[in-house]
Amino acid sequence: MNLIAAGLGVVVAGAAAGAATGALAPARARPLATGLLTTTVGLGGVLAGAAALAGQAWSMTVPGILPLGAATLAVDPLSGAFLLLIGAVTVAAGVYSVGYTGPGGRHATDDDAAAGAAAAPGAEPAGQRAVDAGTGHVEAAASRTAQAVLPLFVATMLLVPAAASVSTLLVLWELMALTSLVLVLAEHRLRRSVRDAGLWYGAMTHAGAVAILLGLVVFAAAAGGESFAALRAGAADLSRGTRSLVFVLIFAGFGSKAGMVPLHVWLPRAHPEAPSHVSALMSAAMVNLGLYGLIRVGFDLLGGGPRWWGLLVLAVGGLSALYGVLQASVATDLKRLLGYSTTENVGLMLIGVGAAGVFAAEGNRALAGLLMAAAVLHAVNHAAFKTLLFLGAGSVLRATGLRDLDRLGGLAARMPITTALVAFGALAAAALPPGNGFVSEWLLLQGLIHSLTGTGPPTVVVAVSMPLAVGVVALTAGLGVATFVKAFGVGFLARPRSAPAAVAVESPPSMRAGMALAAAACLGLALAPVAAAAPLARVLQVMPTVRDGAPLADSGVRLQLVGIAGSMSPLLIAIGLLVGTAATAALARWAGRGLPRRVAPVWGCGGTRLDSRMEYTATSFAEPLTRVFDDVLRPEQDVVVTPYTESRYLIESVRFRHRVPDRLEARLYPPLLGAAARWGRWSRPVANGSVHRYLAYGFVGMLAVLVVVRLSG
Amino acid sequence: MSVLGKIVRTGRVAEPAPPAPGVGAGRGCDSSPAAPLASSVQLRHVDAGSCNGCELEIASAFGPVYDAERYGLRLVASPRHADALLVTGPVTRNMADPLRATYEATPRPKRVVAVGDCARNCGVFAGGYGVEGAVSDVVPVDVEVPGCPPAPHVLIAALRGLTGR
Amino acid sequence: MTGSAVTVGALAAVTAQLVLVVGGAPLLAGLMRQVRARLEGRVGAGVGQPWRDLRKQLGKEAIRPDGSSWVFTAAPRVLLASTLLIAAVAPFLSTVSPLDGVADLFAVVALLLLGTVALAVAGLDTGTAFGGMGASREITVAALAEPTILLAGFALSARVGSSNLAALVEGMLTAPGQVLSPASLLAAVAFAVVVVAETGRLPVDNPATHLELTMIHEAMVLEYAGRDLALVELASALRLTVLLGLGANLFLPWGVATTASPLPLLGAAMLFAVKVVAFGAALAAFEVFMAKWRLFRVPELLAGSFLFGLLAVSASFFLA
Repeated sequence: MNLIAAGLGVVVAGAAAGAATGALAPARARPLATGLLTTTVGLGGVLAGAAALAGQAWSMTVPGILPLGAATLAVDPLSGAFLLLIGAVTVAAGVYSVGYTGPGGRHATDDDAAAGAAAAPGAEPAGQRAVDAGTGHVEAAASRTAQAVLPLFVATMLLVPAAASVSTLLVLWELMALTSLVLVLAEHRLRRSVRDAGLWYGAMTHAGAVAILLGLVVFAAAAGGESFAALRAGAADLSRGTRSLVFVLIFAGFGSKAGMVPLHVWLPRAHPEAPSHVSALMSAAMVNLGLYGLIRVGFDLLGGGPRWWGLLVLAVGGLSALYGVLQASVATDLKRLLGYSTTENVGLMLIGVGAAGVFAAEGNRALAGLLMAAAVLHAVNHAAFKTLLFLGAGSVLRATGLRDLDRLGGLAARMPITTALVAFGALAAAALPPGNGFVSEWLLLQGLIHSLTGTGPPTVVVAVSMPLAVGVVALTAGLGVATFVKAFGVGFLARPRSAPAAVAVESPPSMRAGMALAAAACLGLALAPVAAAAPLARVLQVMPTVRDGAPLADSGVRLQLVGIAGSMSPLLIAIGLLVGTAATAALARWAGRGLPRRVAPVWGCGGTRLDSRMEYTATSFAEPLTRVFDDVLRPEQDVVVTPYTESRYLIESVRFRHRVPDRLEARLYPPLLGAAARWGRWSRPVANGSVHRYLAYGFVGMLAVLVVVRLSG
Repeated sequence: MSVLGKIVRTGRVAEPAPPAPGVGAGRGCDSSPAAPLASSVQLRHVDAGSCNGCELEIASAFGPVYDAERYGLRLVASPRHADALLVTGPVTRNMADPLRATYEATPRPKRVVAVGDCARNCGVFAGGYGVEGAVSDVVPVDVEVPGCPPAPHVLIAALRGLTGR
Repeated sequence: MTGSAVTVGALAAVTAQLVLVVGGAPLLAGLMRQVRARLEGRVGAGVGQPWRDLRKQLGKEAIRPDGSSWVFTAAPRVLLASTLLIAAVAPFLSTVSPLDGVADLFAVVALLLLGTVALAVAGLDTGTAFGGMGASREITVAALAEPTILLAGFALSARVGSSNLAALVEGMLTAPGQVLSPASLLAAVAFAVVVVAETGRLPVDNPATHLELTMIHEAMVLEYAGRDLALVELASALRLTVLLGLGANLFLPWGVATTASPLPLLGAAMLFAVKVVAFGAALAAFEVFMAKWRLFRVPELLAGSFLFGLLAVSASFFLA
C-alpha cells in the first residue's frame, strides 16, 4: 500500500470529519474534537511527506471534478519536504488549539485598548479583559465557523504541494487563501484592527493569486498543456521572453504569499491579528508555500533560467531580510515582531534560492545544490522555531491578554515552562548555536563564501553580489539577535511591567504539549541536521539544473559539505556547551565552599523605591538601533505640552508619542490605492444599473472572445 | 604625539611605597581581614554627607602619586563588586537609608571603613539637625581613619591593613 | 607513531592549550593594566592582580537580585562555557587538533555572540535601568560588529577555500607572502576594530569607568557578586585573550605547530604567548592615547570597519 496515498487519504478524511465536527458539535466538546481531528490531518501530512522523502512516489488523476478538467495530484520529494513541514506544524498547532480555544483565557479586545492607547499605535495596544468562562461567552477563536474552517485550511495547505496541474494548484491555492482569510477574521468582533488586517490580507493575497494565474496561464498556453508533466516537457521550447514573463509573474505572486518586501504589508497585520495557532500555521507553514511555488515553477517546471532571475531573487531576498529584521528589531508588539521576523527569514530563504539560481545558471552545480539545500533546510528550521514562538506568544496572550512587550515581563517565574520553551525558540530564531536556525544560516554562509573559490575564476557579478549578500546575511543575523534578546529579555524576564502580567498563570497542558512538540522538532533539527542529508539530496533531484547528489555528507556527528572544504558539528558544539556549563557551575559551587546564594533587593544606587516603571522596555531597548538606522526607519515622534489655562509657564501635562511606521507601506501603497480609487470613480458611469447596458456588454464581450478564438485558431 | 612626549618626560611619578603596615594595622580594626580578602580589596565609596574634603583626599590617594592600586585596592561602581565600603561624612538623615541599602547590597564577607573625623564621630557637624549620627550608628564599622580630612598616606596605610600588602 | 598515539598527543595539545589560555587570560588582563599604569606614571598592582581578585571573589557570597530568574544565574556559566569551547577548538598551538571541524570561523563568531547574548539577557533579567541599558548598548554594538567580522572571515577564507580555522592558519603558513597582501591587511584592520568593540575597550567602552551612564559592558554586570562575578570577569579576560589569539594566529601564524609532538608544541606555546602579550600591550598602550567616544559615534566606527571588510573581500578577488 502506498503510504503517500494513505497519508493524503487521512488528510482528506480528517478534514471532512473535522469540518463536520466543528460545525455540528456542541461548544463544550468543540475544542477537543476539532483540535484532535486537526492533529490527525497533520499526522496524515507527516506520513505522506516522510514517505515521499524516503523515495516513494505517487500520482492520481480524478477526472471531472473541476470545471476545466481533471484534478491531478502527484507527490515527489520536493512536495514531500513541504508536506512534512506543513504536517508537522499542523500537529503542534492542532494539539495546542485544544487548550487555546478552550475556556479560561483572556484575549485582546478593543475595550481597554483605549486605556493603553499611549502605547505605540502602530503596534495596536492589546488590552486585556478577563473572559468569564461560566457565563457562556464563546471564545471567538472557538466559534463554530473558526473551528469548522481550521481543518479545511490545513487540508488545503497540505494538498497545495501535491497539486500536479495548473487548475488543481489554482483551485487549492484559492481555497487556502479563503479559509485562511476566514480564520484571520475570527476575532473581528473583539478588535477593529482585525477587520483592517483582513482587508489587507484579502486584497494582497488575491492580487498575488492573479499574478500566479496570469503567469501559469501564459505558461500553459505556450507549453500546450496544463498538467505539470506537459509544462515540464514544453518549457524548453518556450521563447526567452515568455519564460522570463512567466517567471517574473509567478515570482511576484508566490512572493506576495511568502511575505517578501515590498509585498509583505499584509503579513505584519494579518499574522498578529489571527488567533495564535492560526498565526503559527500561517507564518510557519503557509508562507513556505510561496517558496515552494517559486522552486516548483522556477527550478522544476521552467527548469532554471538565466542568471538575472537568480540575481532578482537574491536582491529581493536581501531587501526582505534586512527590512524585515530592522522592523522586527524595533517592533514592540510581540506577534507583529514575529510577523516581521517571518519576512526576514523568507528573505534569507530567497537569498539561498536566488544564489542557487545564479550558480545553476553558471553551471556550478555543487554550490547551487548547497545553497538550495540551505534554503529548504532553513524553511524547515524556520517552520519549527516560528511555530514554537507563535504558540508561545499565544500562551502569553491567553494568560495576560497582552501582546505589547512594553507591558509584559516577569513571566519566567509565573509561566516557567512556556518561558523555557520560548527561550529555546528565541535562541533558534536568533541563529545562535545550539539552536537549529544556526545550522541553516551556516550552510547559507558556506554557500556564499565559497562563491569565489569555485571551479574557475568567478565572474564580476558574482564577485560583487556575493560579498554583499554575506554582509546582508551577517547584518540580518546581528539584528536578529537584537530582536530576540529584546523579545525574550523584555517579554519574559525581570519584573512584570503591568498588572495583567503580574497575575499570569501557566498555560493548560495541551498548549504546553503543542509547544513542546515544536521545541522537540527544533532540538532534533539542531542536533542531527545530518539526518536531513539524504532527503535533501532527493529534493534536489527534482531540479534539473541543480546538482543531483548529496550536498551534505552523512558523516556521523559532523556536518560535512561535499565537494567544498567545510565542516561543523552542531551536536559536538551543543555537547561542549553543556559540558562546559556543567563544569563551570560545579567549579563555582566548589570554590564557593557551599555559601548559599542570597536573594537581595535590586541595587538601585541607594534608592529604595525601584518599581517596574523604571525597568527598560522594548521601546527603550531598541532606541539605539532606531537612532542608528533612522535614515531607513524614519521614526515619528511628537511631544505635546499642555499648559494650564491660567499661565503658559505652568505645565499641566506632557505627552510623548513615538512610533516607527512601516515606511515602505506608507510610501508605496497610498499612491497605488489612490490610483485604484480614482480609476473606480472614473469607471463608475459604465455600471449605472441599467440591465440593457449589461446585456450589451455581455454581447460585445462574447463577440470579442469568438473573434479572438477564430483568429488564433 | 605630545602625549607620548609627556609620558617619556614625566616617567614615574608614584612615590616609593612605605613599608607594609602588616595585616590588621588599621586603627580601630576589631577583626583581622579574613583570608579571602587578602591582597585584593574592591572599594565602593559612599558619601553619606561629606563636605567633599575627604573625597579630594580619596581621589588623590588613587592618583598617580600615592597610587593606592599597587596595594591591590580598586574603586568599583557597584557594591555588589565591593569588599569594603568607604564611607565619608556624618550620616545625614537622607543618606541613612541609602547607606543601609548599600551595606545590605554588599556580599559577605564585607568591611566598612569610616573615613575622616565626621564619619567617626560627626566632627564639627555633631548635633546638627540634619545629622543622623556617625557611621557606626548606622552600619557596623571595622576600620576608622582619623583626620579632617585624612591625608592620603594615612588613608592608604589604613586600607593596606585590609589587603595586607 | 600509531593512530591512537597521534590522537592522545593531539588531545594533550588541546588540554595544554586550554590550560595555557585559561591560566594566561587573567595574567594578560593584569599585564594590560600594568602597561597602562606604567604609562600613566603609576606603579600598578602587578600582573597577578586579576588572579588575586578572582581567588577572592570565588570565595565570596553570590547574590541574586529579587525578581530575577534562573537566567541570571545561568548566564555567567553559559558565557564562560562558550568562551572555553572557543579556546578549545581554536588552533592556537597546533593545526592538528581532534576538535578541528567541530567549529569553524563562523561557528566561533556565533559562539562569541552567544556569550554576549547570555550576559545581555541576564542584564535585562535584573530589572534595573542600568542592566537594560547595558544590554541594549552591548547588543547594538554586537549586532553592528557581526557583519564586519564575518566579512573579514570571508576575505580570509576566500583565499583558502575553507572557513575551518586550521585550514586558514595552514593556508597562511604555506604562503607567507599572503601576510602582507592587501586583502589580509584590510581584513586585519577590520578584525582589530571588532576586537576593540567586542571586548569593550576604548574608544568604544571604558573598562575602568565608574560612571554607570557611560557604561556598556560593565552596566550589564553591575548586579553580579562573588563567584558569579568571578566567572564573568574570567570570561571577559578569556574573550579578550581568545580574540587576540585568533587575530595573532590568523594574521601572523608563524610558530604554530603543524604536528602534535611535544617540542614544536612547546615552541608554539611560547611564540603564541609572546604574540598575544605583544598585541595586548599594544592595545593597552593605544588606549592611553584614546578617550571614550560618544555612543552614537561607535556605529560610524563599525560602519568604517565594515567597509574595510568589504574592501578586503574585493581585494581578495580583484588583486588575487
